[in-house]
Amino acid sequence: MKPVLGVAGAVAALFLTIAMFGTAGWTRPPLAVSQNGFRGTGMDQVESRADAIAVKAENVAPAPADPAEPGGELAGKTYENVKVLQNLTTNEFNRLMVSMTEWVSPEQGCTYCHNTENMADDSLYQKRVARRMLQMTQHINSTWKESHVHDVGVTCYTCHRGQPVPANVWFTDPGPNATSGFIPRNNGQNLAKPSVGLSSLPYDTLTEFLGQKEIDNNVIRVNATTALPTGKGKPIQAAEKTYGLMIHMSQGLGVNCTFCHNTRAISNWSESTPQRVAAWHGIRMVRDLNGNYLEPLLSTFPRNRLGALGDVPKVNCTTCHNGVSKPLNGAHVVETYPELAGPVVAEAPTGAAVPAPAPASPMPASPVPASPMPASPAPASPVPANPAPDAPKP
Amino acid sequence: MAYYQNIFTQVQVRPVEPEMGVPVAVDERWGTPFHSYLMGLIGNAQVGPIYIGYLGALSFACGLIAFEIIGLNMWASVNWDPVQFVRQLPWLALEPPRPQYGLKILPPLNEGGWWLIAGFFLTASILLWWVRLYRRARALGLGTHVPWAFASAIWLYLVLGFIRPIMMGSWSEAVPFGIFPHLDWTAAFSLRYGNLFYNPFHMLSIVFLYGSTLLFAMHGATILATSRYGSEREIDQIVNRGTATERAALFWRWTMGFNATMESVHRWAWWFAVLTTLTGGIGILLTGTVVDNWYLWAVKHGVAPSYPHIYGPIVDPLSAPGGTP
Repeated sequence: MKPVLGVAGAVAALFLTIAMFGTAGWTRPPLAVSQNGFRGTGMDQVESRADAIAVKAENVAPAPADPAEPGGELAGKTYENVKVLQNLTTNEFNRLMVSMTEWVSPEQGCTYCHNTENMADDSLYQKRVARRMLQMTQHINSTWKESHVHDVGVTCYTCHRGQPVPANVWFTDPGPNATSGFIPRNNGQNLAKPSVGLSSLPYDTLTEFLGQKEIDNNVIRVNATTALPTGKGKPIQAAEKTYGLMIHMSQGLGVNCTFCHNTRAISNWSESTPQRVAAWHGIRMVRDLNGNYLEPLLSTFPRNRLGALGDVPKVNCTTCHNGVSKPLNGAHVVETYPELAGPVVAEAPTGAAVPAPAPASPMPASPVPASPMPASPAPASPVPANPAPDAPKP
Repeated sequence: MAYYQNIFTQVQVRPVEPEMGVPVAVDERWGTPFHSYLMGLIGNAQVGPIYIGYLGALSFACGLIAFEIIGLNMWASVNWDPVQFVRQLPWLALEPPRPQYGLKILPPLNEGGWWLIAGFFLTASILLWWVRLYRRARALGLGTHVPWAFASAIWLYLVLGFIRPIMMGSWSEAVPFGIFPHLDWTAAFSLRYGNLFYNPFHMLSIVFLYGSTLLFAMHGATILATSRYGSEREIDQIVNRGTATERAALFWRWTMGFNATMESVHRWAWWFAVLTTLTGGIGILLTGTVVDNWYLWAVKHGVAPSYPHIYGPIVDPLSAPGGTP
């Protein structure tokens, strides 16, 4: 009895030890620690040196294309059906097209978006989406420059990374279907989901917090602003949702809570870091992009690009950040592509304002045939909230 | 030397006739006693007979009902997939009702009704077990220290799942039944109420919790270290002090100038353990009911220190400059 138990115990201990070392995903020393708060507040970013090197290597900005030769005719005159970049010279236009191909569809090439028989043809949905994405890029680099992207800016590569669909897009998660009569109390949480870092927090917080552009600005805030109660406060469930969103942000940026917060007073702004202000604007930016640029493409995308509930692919913090606090390690990617820094205006003011091209209409239209929609000038623009960046400035 | 350092009991007593203890008035025990080597490693080698009684049977039945309701709800939440049930078990939970149901006695079963039913049976089970402990202690002519210590833990349980939700006016304030979910709930609870570490009763609870482990280690180590002089008969030595007691006392008087006695160390241990959940329960009860943000409360009362702001003023983008959070 005794020797058998001893051997069984030793074997069990051995296997548990192997399992512990082999499966737990340890972060082992040496560690790289940076302090970003007053000493003693524990505001430190901790990562293993190997991970820090690896994530840096994964987020290298591609070399910009050689500058275009100056001069020449405007692309709007050279080519037909140019709606967004018509004020670029033909050389600049072609340079950007080549770069876009490398950023977005290096394997598929031009034909991913273009009908090579007629490059002006809008029949491929990819081309109509790409046009809207160009406007979105210009919008990010102009409207959100001061508050979020600054001089770093974004190009297609920031999100796409050589893939037609960025690796980190998201859809509304409907959760498991109850297939029996016994409907469980799921509460949209308590499943091991990567969207909240495998915690048991609500896993679909993004739909509410990042998918609705008109949402109340205070919805994420759960803390009381007074020491003593002054009325009915928010329930714990609201705190769990906010917590879930914060886990997403932490994972998307590869940082911990103390990158933005002094965790002794999470909600207190004066204790926070400047990054929290940038993140606050980032949340608004993502809502703007999802609501005004991606949702309106619903009828443009084919069904296989939509989510389980038929919703468009949407962006979150990870889409651009990809695990680093500054996308592409903070490289100023937009400097060498000034046409992406904002809507391009003609060099000489002609006075004839070119109307903004409309995004794909939100009306249910067949996405496949060449529809006249993108050609028609902004009649049913679904972007009343942010018309400015789309409308060319005179 | 190694004899006293082994974590397992080295000598297992196995009487030919099973020990039945002192004769008591009502003694209805169930089962045939047997000896177990494994049990003998950590305690008495004799297992059983056990006293069940109607309280024990009722308590077990209620506990089983609660266990089944919780387990079946968890299993249903992965669509009755046995593999997923095992894989995701630590994540699964039975959640309390949604906030909109307030204190409704029986919301729809899948909206928290099951949680209330499970909570009722679990509470019934625990309270019946308490009565059983109390009556058995009395039947043996013991003091009622064990049931009252258990009552302190029940107090924290009731505050979390019953008293505080009623004071807050909503069952949604209660804790979910689940392994990770109740831990995430705890973290969210602290985040919601502005950092529970600034709650003075939480502070006290931590002191007593960690103090309990320290006392347990000090006492256990002292007794083991002096066992070779007979200190395992520690209660006997409360009145008939032997060399083990004197050496133990001298050890602590040497090293820290003061020593507990064979009796007082047990009072220390009992009170530390009891006060852990007693103060913890008070801390939870005050949270949300009379204090809504513990950090701001701590600032108001000079508890939270202030640190220099190294980034210059960080202003809430939603508020005018200089506003409060």
